[in-house]
Amino acid sequence: MKKFTTLTGIAAPLPLVNVDTDMIIPKQFLKTIKRSGLGVHLFADMRYDEDGQEIADFVLNQPRYQGCSILVTGENFGCGSSREHAPWALLDYGIKCVISSSFADIFYNNCFKNGILPIQLPADAVAILTKDAEKGSNARIIVDLADQSVTTADGKTFSFELDPFKKHCLLHGLDDIGLTLEKAEVIDSFESKLALEQPWI
Amino acid sequence: MAPKTLYDRIWDAHVAHSAPDGTCLLYVDRHLVHEVTSPQAFEGLRLANRRVRAPEKTIAVPDHNVPTTDGREDPKNMTEDSAIQVAELDRNARDFGINYYPVSDVRQGIVHIVGPEQGWTLPGMTVVCGDSHTSTHGAFGALAHGIGTSEVEHVLATQTLIQKKSKNMKVEITGKLAEGVTAKDVTLSIIGNTGTAGGTGYVIEYCGSVIQNLSMEGRMTVCNMAIEGGARAGLIAPDDTTFDYVRGRPHAPKGALWESALTYWRTLYSDADAEWDKIVTIRGEEIAPVVTWGTSPEDVLAITDVVPSPNNFVGGKVDAVTRSLEYMGLTPGTKLADVKIDTVFIGSCTNGRIEDLRAAAKVLRGKKVKSGLRAMVVPGSGLVRAQAEEEGLADIFRTAGFEWRHAGCSMCLAMNPDQLAPGERCAATSNRNFEGRQGRGGRTHLMSPAMAAAAAITGTLTDVREMMT
Ligand code: SF4
Repeated sequence: MKKFTTLTGIAAPLPLVNVDTDMIIPKQFLKTIKRSGLGVHLFADMRYDEDGQEIADFVLNQPRYQGCSILVTGENFGCGSSREHAPWALLDYGIKCVISSSFADIFYNNCFKNGILPIQLPADAVAILTKDAEKGSNARIIVDLADQSVTTADGKTFSFELDPFKKHCLLHGLDDIGLTLEKAEVIDSFESKLALEQPWI
Repeated sequence: MAPKTLYDRIWDAHVAHSAPDGTCLLYVDRHLVHEVTSPQAFEGLRLANRRVRAPEKTIAVPDHNVPTTDGREDPKNMTEDSAIQVAELDRNARDFGINYYPVSDVRQGIVHIVGPEQGWTLPGMTVVCGDSHTSTHGAFGALAHGIGTSEVEHVLATQTLIQKKSKNMKVEITGKLAEGVTAKDVTLSIIGNTGTAGGTGYVIEYCGSVIQNLSMEGRMTVCNMAIEGGARAGLIAPDDTTFDYVRGRPHAPKGALWESALTYWRTLYSDADAEWDKIVTIRGEEIAPVVTWGTSPEDVLAITDVVPSPNNFVGGKVDAVTRSLEYMGLTPGTKLADVKIDTVFIGSCTNGRIEDLRAAAKVLRGKKVKSGLRAMVVPGSGLVRAQAEEEGLADIFRTAGFEWRHAGCSMCLAMNPDQLAPGERCAATSNRNFEGRQGRGGRTHLMSPAMAAAAAITGTLTDVREMMT
């Protein structure tokens, strides 16, 4: 996994509530056995019409949001299925940070496993960032993970909360499985204890 | 000792390691796997030269992609990419030595139906699967939740999950249900009440007399949709209803082991003085047969209601409702019972079990599907299908004009050939009414099996109580 330290980029506004994982990546694109290549299908049903042509006013199709790396969006983002294809599609498209007032639980976790930083801020801060993002490519947002801050183009700074362990893994690009396997003995002894206490498992 | 909730108890019994900041390694007793969210995880194992740590606790079954028509075992009847995913699962199950129910096995079905049916899911366990509706298994008093593919790989390799504990939420349904009101109406009404983010950060325990009086299958329907309410998992304390269901299943403990398991399972409940971070109470008598009208599972109303107006809402929901009414092709003020449908889908992990089919068949007996309407029943597993045939339910469905399918996820998510066309309106017993969920432009109304059957007969959304005289 790539490290996430700081990010300066164009933020695309998507001020919809309850953006679900079917919107982020419709199911017809889940038939892949790879993690890569999903970026072109990100938000497919909102982004392309029935003939596969780009819908001009969808935010990601507007020239001023080309190359965006941050998404500023409405509450309960990522609700729905557990599909990790959602963060894979965001990442493959180039979005490394999503800012919202709330996230669905599984999606939130999935982001961290892929080097994406989901930032939760109070609704009024998200509203300000959305306004800012609406200025298009002139308005670059700066995200600093170590500092836990988001700064707008005109210098307004918001700080955000984050689980220290998740922060640590993201900052250093750590692989969870490797970390856990270092505790193999702990798992072994837990498993033996379980086999004695609940032998029917 | 400090009082505990059921969630606290199961959690405490599974923490293999805990760090000072509260990050825990939670041991996983059962890991269920399906073809869509697992290929990248197995690939990761291969690349790192890792094995599956506990293949005997890992169970795989293809369900999302598989066609539900005759001759489906033949890969030629699948799209190429679906066939590849199913073949990958075949190969991974074989190479890593995990339990497997291929498409050709009568026990194949939707993963959340197969697990309980085969006795893999037991009270007090931790159960995970790369699928959000893993919450279904909470009906047994098991801590069960969906995980992403990276976590699938983590569980395959380590049999643990890195987790922090959620908060405790109690949802109590008091009193009793009126005639014609089912577990599906209960679970939809809860989400209508709490919203799709109401459970975010919580594990919900469902309790109260209504829940206690539900069958095991009804309890699974309730817990299935815990995720739609945003919760990490839903739980119901195990009792004799649970134990009677589990007893004798292929992978349930037997003999002396059963007795010691039972002794332990009887300790799995929330203390009367346990503390809750959030409590919701709903009177059972106030729950009506409901349908969804919008594109979020929280868009729930009694069938006797009318399509709402965006003006009835506040905040971000105003725009969301405007958008969803347009998508759904509905005008505020229209009676829900006047909304015409094109298709009926009975199935899914929410309502694809034998009792669901019985409930629908009861309404359909001696009746016909409205002409011009497409209707299908997709049993949740090959065994449910076989039982329904034995009980004569299949004949009732066929005579009424339903297609009688093989087991799979089918039109619940339209990753297989079963899909809605743009603008097609469906009465569905599944769990998600998101835009495009059942096919691009498809319009989904969620409801109970009995309500879906009633809609099939009249061709509009229908109050099943009117057919029960
Ligand atoms: S039936 Fe639907 S909700 Fe259930 S596992 Fe299959 S796709 Fe998911």
